[in-house]
Amino acid sequence: MSDARAAILARLRSSGSGGPLPDLDTAVLERRHWSAAERVQRLRQGMASVHTEFLEARPEDWPAVLRAFCEREGLRTLLFGPATEAGHRLVEAMAGSPTALRPYDAPVETFKTELFQSVDAGFTTTVGGVAETGGLLLEPGPREPRLLSLVPPLHLALLPTSTLHDTLWSAIRALGWGQAPPPNALMISGPSKTADIEQTLAYGVHGPKRLVVILVHDLPGTPA
Amino acid sequence: MHGETDMNEGGPSGRFAPSASPLVHPHGVTERSPATPSDPSFRASATRALGDAQLRANFRRAMDGLMAKRAAQFPDPGDLQALRDLGTAVRARSLLRLPELLEQLEASCARNGIRVHWAETCDQANAIVLGLLKAKGATRVVKGKSMVSEEMHLNAFLEAHGIESLESDLGEYIIQLDHETPSHIIMPAIHKNKGQIARQFSQKIKDATYTEDVDELTALARKVLRQKFLEADAGLSGVNFAVAETGTLCLVENEGNGRMSTHVPPLHIAVMGLEKVVARLEDVAPLYALLTRSATGQPATTYLNLISGPRAKDEMDGPREVHLVILDNGRSRIYGDPQLQATLRCIRCGACMNHCPVYTRVGGHAYEAVYPGPIGTILTPQMEGVGRRHDLIHGSSLCGACSEVCPVEIPIPDILVRLRREATHADAGSKVAGKGTGQTMTEDLAWRAWAAVLKRPRLYRLSAWFATRFRGLIPGGMPLLKAWTMSRTTPLPAPRSLQERIRKGGLPHV
Ligand code: SF4
Repeated sequence: MSDARAAILARLRSSGSGGPLPDLDTAVLERRHWSAAERVQRLRQGMASVHTEFLEARPEDWPAVLRAFCEREGLRTLLFGPATEAGHRLVEAMAGSPTALRPYDAPVETFKTELFQSVDAGFTTTVGGVAETGGLLLEPGPREPRLLSLVPPLHLALLPTSTLHDTLWSAIRALGWGQAPPPNALMISGPSKTADIEQTLAYGVHGPKRLVVILVHDLPGTPA
Repeated sequence: MHGETDMNEGGPSGRFAPSASPLVHPHGVTERSPATPSDPSFRASATRALGDAQLRANFRRAMDGLMAKRAAQFPDPGDLQALRDLGTAVRARSLLRLPELLEQLEASCARNGIRVHWAETCDQANAIVLGLLKAKGATRVVKGKSMVSEEMHLNAFLEAHGIESLESDLGEYIIQLDHETPSHIIMPAIHKNKGQIARQFSQKIKDATYTEDVDELTALARKVLRQKFLEADAGLSGVNFAVAETGTLCLVENEGNGRMSTHVPPLHIAVMGLEKVVARLEDVAPLYALLTRSATGQPATTYLNLISGPRAKDEMDGPREVHLVILDNGRSRIYGDPQLQATLRCIRCGACMNHCPVYTRVGGHAYEAVYPGPIGTILTPQMEGVGRRHDLIHGSSLCGACSEVCPVEIPIPDILVRLRREATHADAGSKVAGKGTGQTMTEDLAWRAWAAVLKRPRLYRLSAWFATRFRGLIPGGMPLLKAWTMSRTTPLPAPRSLQERIRKGGLPHV
């Protein structure tokens, strides 16, 4: 419909509305700063208020913490991206576990029904977190496919405390999403939810019913 | 003339049912024909809604909750104002550069592998969507929430072409089961209570047992819809913000059905109004903060989903094709007027509805429009014609609650006043749809009489003398006055006019 395109653009151009662009005063976004410890505190508070659960870990023991959780919860299958460094460590740590690791290493079409019906949990890394409102930042892609954090009823996410940003605004700038955005990028604050029936909050409507964050305390001097 | 073909133009052909011939007043003012089923009438529907105690209770409860939750998210009035100023500036800047940004968006999307299509009308947009689906042999479509697709009546269109188009947002799913339209732009099923939904689910979902438990009802919908996501050939979604510089489509949601619709099926088609574009990705941050807080009183939604391309070569999932349909449907005409252009700043948060004394009492369906509430009272008449939707531009007390909470400071009352004027006396060079077609004969006669009296001092004094002496005898049921006295006491003129009193007693010294 290139006719439509030309006609629309011509109409918009002929309107002659112009004039100076109003200034963008971003001071209200810029003045939001917290210390590293406060950032962790805020993120935890914000996400816990929408039913996100937290596991505490240190850089050296998070795979063990994760394994213990999976076994405690009786998870049968854990889907993960095998090509990441975290994936490698997971493989090592889960050897001999009753929770079977299932690598997401083939096109979704080859196991779509299985993905929807018989995967208990999905594990992903994150590229950071947002302190102000509480949220995880994800860049799904070849190594950690898009549906890994969406379709399984439980989403386990690895979050090093050193990667927290103050605000979404500062995170977008720091991660360079405004210059070269990945095909998909996400901010996630909790498990899927709805209030469409009488404004009553219900969790686990389409996406994960539970979101569990493995908080890796990798800042110097922070206790685990 | 450009822009006149892209929408229902209002004016006599739009306003009158084909069977009723308009009465033509000697001065060229046409009397409105009696209401017919095809004639939307806010007054009649609102009156019905006011008598529905259940409906009023459902809305009252929901709106009170939403107002309180929004207020709690903006504890600092200074910060709120600063954020609103920023959001307004972001939207105003985008509009000032609109044609340029749309072209940039198209180029950036193309670079990312997203195909862009342009539609002047809803019919064109529907045809584009159908063409894309047919090309892939798609017969099962799952939909994320999209007001633009409501504007297009896309579901009905696709069903008529043998394609299943299933709403997957829980609220939209609920109303689709009952063949209803949304009564709120954020919470489409807000007019229903859980008893009504429980009954509906038990009757319409296979193997469902009756339950009023919200978690169980949600689980029921989850089960049905996950199967649909799995089987769908295509996913359809709206767009909250489209970023020109990066070619990114931003979707804001809580349920995850938007992510399901856009990432599970092999084909994703997004539809958006042409005003949705912003320049840079970081511009989205303040708008997102305003949107979630204003809409539902949440600091953030569960998901902010930024889509900048289809499945890459080495990716395991995601749609193989992503298309973006950009719809005009009258927006470029609204754009042409510097004052009315502010209408296009709207980020569809619904706060104006939640705070409107009219909306909270009558609910969304009474507006008989895709966009209800204050934003609907300015947007719908500009799309359908101010004459045809004369009922809506008067469906407001001009109290200003809407513009006070609007995160992008749209002066809704000012625009309403402008549209009221244009409906009867078009401004020179006006581009308002259906301008000058909103006057009724009664109104016209009343104003003529008023002007005649005011222009003649002796006649004026005589009328004032009669009005004050016989003030108790004015029949409340007389035409014009009746609309007022139906639910209010008859206004009583003062015992003596001001002129008379001054003539007798002189001016008091102040
Ligand atoms: S007019 Fe303002 S308050 Fe109403 S929906 Fe649009 S942005 Fe929200």
